[in-house]
Amino acid sequence: MNGSFLSKRKLAGLVVGAILLLISMLCSVLYGLHQFSLKDLWLAYSQFNGSNEHLILTKVRVPRTLIAALVGASLAVAGAIMQVLTRNPLASPSVFGVNAGAVLFIVIGLLVFGSSLTMSGMVWLAFAGAVATSVVVYTLGLQGGGFEPVKLTLAGACMAAFGSSITSGIILINKQSLESALFWMIGSVEGRNLEHLLMVLPYMAIGMTISLLLSGSLNIMAIGDDSAKSLGQRLTLVRVLSATAIVLLAGSSVAAAGPIAFIGLIVPHLCRYIVGHDFRWLLPYTALVGAILLVTADLASRFILESREVPVGVATAIIGVPFLIHVARRKQHA
Amino acid sequence: MLKARIAKHSFLLFLGLTCLVAALSLLSLSVGGVSVPLKEVLASLTGRNAEASNLIIMQFRLPRIVAAILIGAALAVAGALLQGVIRNPLASPDLLGVTGGASVAVVAFMTFVTGYSIHWVPFIAIGGALVATTINYVFAWKKGVSPFRLVLIGIGISTAMGALTTFLLISGPAYLAAQVLNWMTGSIYGTNWSYIEVLWPWVAVFIPLSLLLAKELNVQSLGEDIARGLGSRLQLSRMILLFYSVALAGAAVGVAGTISFIGLMAPHIARMLVGNSYKLIIPVSALIGAIILLLADLAGRMLFQPLDVPAGVFTAGIGAPFFMYLLFKRKKI
Repeated sequence: MNGSFLSKRKLAGLVVGAILLLISMLCSVLYGLHQFSLKDLWLAYSQFNGSNEHLILTKVRVPRTLIAALVGASLAVAGAIMQVLTRNPLASPSVFGVNAGAVLFIVIGLLVFGSSLTMSGMVWLAFAGAVATSVVVYTLGLQGGGFEPVKLTLAGACMAAFGSSITSGIILINKQSLESALFWMIGSVEGRNLEHLLMVLPYMAIGMTISLLLSGSLNIMAIGDDSAKSLGQRLTLVRVLSATAIVLLAGSSVAAAGPIAFIGLIVPHLCRYIVGHDFRWLLPYTALVGAILLVTADLASRFILESREVPVGVATAIIGVPFLIHVARRKQHA
Repeated sequence: MLKARIAKHSFLLFLGLTCLVAALSLLSLSVGGVSVPLKEVLASLTGRNAEASNLIIMQFRLPRIVAAILIGAALAVAGALLQGVIRNPLASPDLLGVTGGASVAVVAFMTFVTGYSIHWVPFIAIGGALVATTINYVFAWKKGVSPFRLVLIGIGISTAMGALTTFLLISGPAYLAAQVLNWMTGSIYGTNWSYIEVLWPWVAVFIPLSLLLAKELNVQSLGEDIARGLGSRLQLSRMILLFYSVALAGAAVGVAGTISFIGLMAPHIARMLVGNSYKLIIPVSALIGAIILLLADLAGRMLFQPLDVPAGVFTAGIGAPFFMYLLFKRKKI
């Protein structure tokens, strides 16, 4: 009886979250340097007349908002799964150097193929880079029996330093790539169009589906390896599937929006605080809150400086630090 | 008897390393886009070279090599001090946000101030490094500072600083971006004597000062309780040592940009060679740091001719795997 009451409340929370997400997305579409009304948005789609206003709405604002929402959700879910899989409260795509790896691959691609590298080629490279870095950090983390949380974190930081150093070296050699590379080095949802999103959307969808299907198994994994094994979990299978989901989600996010730090770190902690540790609830909440957070952060970053927009990646990197400090201070050991 | 043997051993080691630095410098002076015979190099150094090569040696190559030695030594000693104070062999200026803070300050300075004098750059860099380190130290404080928290919070601060730097980079004009990026990767390409003038006082003051406190570091490495029992004013000397470390790293970063991982590698190699006394670790690290940077710079000039690859790329290329090795060799952090 009590249980069903609780789950009703959690369901209501999800509905509220969905409404909040819709409101924030709507604000993100309507407000910015140019303000629009709901009527403008309706007309832009029902009676498109090719005017500047309609073009801004359909080609700039709507894609940008959709990308922010999907990337936010993907990064947050990837972070939540990483945290349980590595038993590390600090695990997230940015801390583990996945972003830096993706950027490195793009810059190498620009060096090798030059201007013949297409946008879809870059997206694929970002993907490959994210996969390669995750595999390196993850396998190194498995060395020496079990995951040592701090080891993984340090390995990630090291990969990030390594990646960014080589990246700037290559850019210096190959000056033409500077502008395209800078575009990828800073996390932003500005200047991306719908084609970007459509290219990565299938992978995001697959990653999200795998994650949601795994939520029951993740609950059992969280108890500990031995108990999970005795409860009949196929540990290796679950691990491989979760790793696939992480790589799909994190890789496609970086490919769509560049390195956006700390969303994958902050949101799962926030949601655990709200709904507890049950992954069947945690994952949908994480996705929703991640989307809301990134859409709002993107909206806010248009108003911080008067003359120009702050890329949202910069905003989240700075919001994330106090949070990281909090988690690091709260940890008992060491 | 044993003491005499150790003294002799370390004397020979110093001699060997110094000879290595000298030999590498001579090699660096003679090879490059235009190779100059060793005889002319020696003639230049003694002021008796009338050939055209004199200009190349004295104005282009020599300042660069002197810079490599000074910067390598400064970064290595900064790393050794940090590792001693934090009592963690994985500490290095890169991981604790020291380099990140210095970078942001310098990039902001380059972006917003036009017609700046490079004499200000080390001060700005040290200022930025001090701010970042202070933030880290304050937030890692919870009844004392634990290495674990310092490193984790340092990673966070570094990430934020990196984002800020990139933001400054894209918000400034394009010609500036290339210039700033060149500085950021850690290159001593194009160093002239004015950089050396700016840099050497910092190195000449703070490395000897660190040596004076070497004994304090030895005591600290025994652990807090013993250190206090031996009458060490723990927090005070910890703060002074951290300041020395930040000043050395900041000055080096200010002149050369982020040359990563030297502060991590050099003290480790030094410890392998001379054991755990900081009286020996500090000078040996300085020599090894100089050797690493000379090698990285030489590789950057020679491997991809005619391109000049920043030395920072090579130090990261060797340093990152080295770090991974250290990390996974250790059972517990």
